[in-house]
Amino acid sequence: MAEKRIVLGNCGAIDPNNIETYLGKGGFKGFIKARDRMKPRDIVEEVKKSGLTGRGGAGFQCGLKWELARNAKAKVKYLICNADEGEVGTFKDKYILSHDPFGLIEGICIAGLAIGARQAYIYLRAEYHFLNDPLCRAIAQVKEKGFVKHMDIRVFEGAGAYVCGEESALMDSIEGKRGEARYKPPYPPTLGLWGQPTIINNVETLMNIPHIIANGAAWFSAMGTAKSKGTKVFSVSGDVSKPGVYELEMGSCLSELVVDLAGADDIKAVQVGGSTGSIIPGHMIDIALSHETCLGSGAVVVFNSKRDIIDIVHNNMHFLNDESCGKCTPCREGTEVMMEILGRLRGVEGAEGDIDALEDLAKTMALASLCGLGQAAAVPVLDSLKYFREEYADRIEQSMYLRSYLGGELLKTKEGIK
Amino acid sequence: MTKETSSISNGRAELLPSLKRELGKNGCLTRQIMTTVAGRSGLPLNEIYGVSTFYAYLPVAPVGKQVIKVCRCLPCDMKDAQAVIGGIMKEIGIAPGETTTDGKFSFELVNCIGACDQAPAMMINDKLYGNLTPERIVEILKSY
Repeated sequence: MAEKRIVLGNCGAIDPNNIETYLGKGGFKGFIKARDRMKPRDIVEEVKKSGLTGRGGAGFQCGLKWELARNAKAKVKYLICNADEGEVGTFKDKYILSHDPFGLIEGICIAGLAIGARQAYIYLRAEYHFLNDPLCRAIAQVKEKGFVKHMDIRVFEGAGAYVCGEESALMDSIEGKRGEARYKPPYPPTLGLWGQPTIINNVETLMNIPHIIANGAAWFSAMGTAKSKGTKVFSVSGDVSKPGVYELEMGSCLSELVVDLAGADDIKAVQVGGSTGSIIPGHMIDIALSHETCLGSGAVVVFNSKRDIIDIVHNNMHFLNDESCGKCTPCREGTEVMMEILGRLRGVEGAEGDIDALEDLAKTMALASLCGLGQAAAVPVLDSLKYFREEYADRIEQSMYLRSYLGGELLKTKEGIK
Repeated sequence: MTKETSSISNGRAELLPSLKRELGKNGCLTRQIMTTVAGRSGLPLNEIYGVSTFYAYLPVAPVGKQVIKVCRCLPCDMKDAQAVIGGIMKEIGIAPGETTTDGKFSFELVNCIGACDQAPAMMINDKLYGNLTPERIVEILKSY
């Protein structure tokens, strides 16, 4: 199956600095339809019917979220576009923001109408600072055309923290606090930014909105699988000849993406969904990409047969440990201990009981962590133990032999000194 | 900003943007700057310190004029980011976490910068450099 470019349809086809080129491609048709011919409730209903799910990783029903915020009784409501793309291996939102800022702004304008938000923020990660000015210029052009009379859109730049991509930490960051996850419930649609109902959507999620409104929910929900409608944008990197951003219909095979499109020819494993994503062994490469199987943020990293699984998992854990906000103990301490164990295994200093300790800890972290970071931190560890357990067992055995060998060598040296 | 937000926006709401502005002027958030910001926003100094130290891009200690940030995450690590790190160490004579004595360069290892398709990648201040090789590193650093 070839690529199906809907979200990326305008990328490369328009001039991201000139709104006329976007309008020339039918831009803002969806917004005009929503504004002139639909009630806010109808917009929410249409999105609900489309089955659109969040594209940032969690995959929550977008329309349902909107309905909660729509029905929340409050004078002030907020809309936040999550452009804090910090997930390892993910660069799709950067691609979208660079090539089609107008599509995102149109999505924001429609979402604002639907939930009744008068203030929107685009939370842009600090690493994408170079996109701040172009994005502001695009917003100004949309304003000039008179499409954002109902709301104010402001770009808010982060300051370098992966966990701020987690929605509650993101809100704390906008509020000028340390970006730490909040206790849930209450969820943002009822109690969000500054204590007001707030909708937080990923860049890609909002990019889908104008298409859904312009073409209808039925058109959208005809694509994909039972629980995953539409398309998904993937960021492919690692051991492939053509790394990059690709858009496929939901439910497409992982092999179509990494082999046919990205040109991988030697696959030991693929990690789908970033640092907390599932690890798929090479023999399962025909798995479908959807919320039902594996998806996450759409980060896809391919590993060839020369790659060491423990190296991979350790690198992930190092990242997660570094980025854990530290508020809850299972995540703060769990990632630390896991990094220590994996680090020892990597350095051939494993010990009997390491596998049990990892598995035991994984359960606690999944159960008791405050947010997705800690809850999913052990996913790659568990997946690698499931599919590559012998590599762990071998490493522990090697460690034991190496210790006894070195012990003997050390003794010899000592005797030599005598 | 709309009326609604300006009524809520206290010193706290403007904290991150104002810390960033100070950073732009001074290069790092000294105790003196944090005290000034605390006074202006009506927040205690420890809060300002807490926020500053939480974020990777709000340094509280002096950094070089150019901050080299090499990505150490998986996709870059797989494409031999280690050789890039070694190349930089050789060229400017400092290890990650250090600043050159002339204050020209700081060198840091950072988490994913979203350039995995151009791995190995780094940023110097806000500028991105991808598909790095030890040879290219020399050229790039010489241009600063």
